[in-house]
Amino acid sequence: MWFFILRRILYAVPVLLGVSIIVFTLVQLSPGDVVDILIPPEAPEEVADALRKQYGLNEPVYIQYFIWLGHLLQGDLGTSIFSGQPVGGELASALLNTLKLAVPAAILGMTSGIILGSLAAFHNGTWLDRLFSAAAITGVSLPHYWVGIVLVVAFAVIWNVLPGQGMGPDGFPATWEQIRHLILPVFTMSLIPMGVVSRLVRATVLEVIGRDFVTTLHAKGLLNRRVLMHVSKNAAPAVLALMGLQFGYLLGGSVLVETVFNWPGSGNLMVLAVFRRDVPVLSATIVVLAAIFVVINIVVDILQALIDPRLRR
Amino acid sequence: MEIKRGLRSLLTTAAAVAVLMVLGPDREANAEGTLRIAITAADVPTTTGMPNNGFEGFRFLGYPAFEALVHWDLSSADRPSEIVPGLAESWTQDKADPTKWVFNLRKGVKFHDGTDFNADAVIWNLERFYDVGSAQFEAQGSAMTRARNPNLESWRKIDDYTVEISTDEPLSYFPYLVAYVLYASPTQFEKVGGTWEAFAKAPAGTGPFKVVEFKPHVSATLEKFEDYWNEEKVAKLDKMIVYPMPEETTRLAALRSGQVDWIEMPPPDAIPSLEDAGYEIVTHTYPHIWPWEFNFKKEDSPFRDRRVRVAANYCIDRDGVVQLLNGTAEPATGFFHKSNPLYGNPNESYKYDPDKARQLLKEAGYSPDNPVKAKILISTAGSGQRTPLPMNEFLQQTLSECGFDLEFEVVDFGTLLVALRSDPAGPQALGVDAMNMSLVTSDISQMARWFWSANFAPGGSNWGNWRNDEFDQVLREVQMATDPEIIRKKTARLHEILVDDAPWLWVVHDLSPRAISRKVKGFVPAQAWFQDFTQIEIEE
Repeated sequence: MWFFILRRILYAVPVLLGVSIIVFTLVQLSPGDVVDILIPPEAPEEVADALRKQYGLNEPVYIQYFIWLGHLLQGDLGTSIFSGQPVGGELASALLNTLKLAVPAAILGMTSGIILGSLAAFHNGTWLDRLFSAAAITGVSLPHYWVGIVLVVAFAVIWNVLPGQGMGPDGFPATWEQIRHLILPVFTMSLIPMGVVSRLVRATVLEVIGRDFVTTLHAKGLLNRRVLMHVSKNAAPAVLALMGLQFGYLLGGSVLVETVFNWPGSGNLMVLAVFRRDVPVLSATIVVLAAIFVVINIVVDILQALIDPRLRR
Repeated sequence: MEIKRGLRSLLTTAAAVAVLMVLGPDREANAEGTLRIAITAADVPTTTGMPNNGFEGFRFLGYPAFEALVHWDLSSADRPSEIVPGLAESWTQDKADPTKWVFNLRKGVKFHDGTDFNADAVIWNLERFYDVGSAQFEAQGSAMTRARNPNLESWRKIDDYTVEISTDEPLSYFPYLVAYVLYASPTQFEKVGGTWEAFAKAPAGTGPFKVVEFKPHVSATLEKFEDYWNEEKVAKLDKMIVYPMPEETTRLAALRSGQVDWIEMPPPDAIPSLEDAGYEIVTHTYPHIWPWEFNFKKEDSPFRDRRVRVAANYCIDRDGVVQLLNGTAEPATGFFHKSNPLYGNPNESYKYDPDKARQLLKEAGYSPDNPVKAKILISTAGSGQRTPLPMNEFLQQTLSECGFDLEFEVVDFGTLLVALRSDPAGPQALGVDAMNMSLVTSDISQMARWFWSANFAPGGSNWGNWRNDEFDQVLREVQMATDPEIIRKKTARLHEILVDDAPWLWVVHDLSPRAISRKVKGFVPAQAWFQDFTQIEIEE
């Protein structure tokens, strides 16, 4: 098992290196450099040069990359070219904000997805199956930024019972005011995992229910809930893999949902960095998000291996 | 059994929604005297005393907290804002050597950290922007300041409250440029550790508001500065909170749900419903123009022919554009607004006249079978760009009726900015014959910035590389002049040249719409890019 875990972690290293190289290369492909956007044309060349030197932009791209990588390995994510603030602080704050949305959205979306999918499968062909399947398809099909706008119009503008933008006051532990700010964006973000997980759970459970061993278990006279446990265990690996991916997507920050709710999360930070060509912020955000994505997948792989020993081979 | 279970869960959900409803309306804290504003910038403008995000940054995190030797008079809605004494009580241009200006500093001015504003602070700040070798040099702030004020060359302390500033050549409008150099506290800079990154979190200027909280990407909170030097302008508000909200529907929802009291640039199509709901829509003439800048450097550009440029100006339906924007803009027939005394008496008086446009195109050798083919660089959005896609499509349609066959190169705002600062015949211009970038028209210094042949792009802001010898000559005379009446007359002549030679397609002047809650009282919309927040009150 330990060898399995070590192997999965080692696989992550080339993935992250590849991501960092691709990010650096893509940013360089866009026309002009960041200083062209940052400063007006009349700014003297000595000032533009000072800025380029300050951010290492006067070096060849590959040197810039290795300098950045060296700093990254020492835990220094650099300084934002636009705000002048350390990227580490900006990114940590944005990721924390995204986590505040992603964790409850994942719990809500995946739990409801599992429940709806399982109920639909166990009541296959009934009106409950049709109802829950329709809910799942709706969750997947509706553009979630549109749902967000509708919710804001209904709950914030028309009824004025919930805030429609921002995170509310700072502070820990969370106050009721902070929770009220979470309700609409969390519900909006939970729709996609709810829909996707529900559909997969339904299909997987139906497939498992149809297997011979389930018929055998019933024939042996096992209670329904014991049969359910066996079915769940067999369905779990596929569902876990999907849940891991979905959580990764949520952590990447749903840019559109963050835009609709003016939520200063990692998605917003990344988009802002793209438009400003703020290379330090963009590179750090993508690499850190990729690292989180990889870690989530490793955790999912380990969980799957724990549930199904065949996967350890 | 299953139906019962389904009903039970439905009832549970309904109960949860009901609980939510009885929580009552949103009551996010709005302390007494707190004005909450949603701005269009994607981020909180920098709080170092030289804000980024253009003049919107200057409006909210510039002048309210930091000041210049020269101020804009923001007290009237009835006339274009002019410059008035600020941190300098007066200034004089040396008659013997017109490159020298002496500024007499105001006594008794305190920075927010309690230290005195004096000549040493002026020198220290000028070094911050103009001396690459100084310990307090800040490249980003320097770039913005020196771009707006490129002629400032040297400085000298005469005594504790007098400084002499020199320009590289005589420049009659130098005081207008001085209004863009803001002053930060040297003591506070040292106190926070001598970095602008740390200063941004605990800044100190001399303005009527002090920045007390800066949350990157979230908000900036400004508080009344009780010891402000101008007793008449001590803020009536306790606090002002600025939230960046680039998405217009998000700003709209924030206002409608009571989370903010004021939004910049409401969506034009939401204005009737906002008025119906009791919000005040404030619009005012201000020095902003939404034009197309023609490319003169591209050798095969049809706009190198004056007749084609003038034809385009006669062919566009400006009233239609205004209607598209729900009345939140005014037709532009020149660089300055027509009501501006500096508009002059040009020969061309642009109005929607397709017949005249077609005649001009015919004289230039074009016909329905041989239309004017051109490509225009436009953005999808951007600061001051309003709603560029439908506006440009409308122009494309009206121009096609006169014999123009136009296509667009659509880019994001960042790419448009890069193009504006690059060679118009270079790869960044993407081979276009014109670009659509909204710009500032506040005074003669801005006119020189966009149209003087010494300012050709790259390296200057005359993107299209337009040159008119008479314009250059008269501008030089304005720069050398010292008599205000001569300056006024010659500036009007410059404007007449611009209207008649049409280096730009004059489309509309923005009216800077903002939607404001009725509880906001005392706001006077100045005809400027900047506003006075000190006289505003919140009536509960």
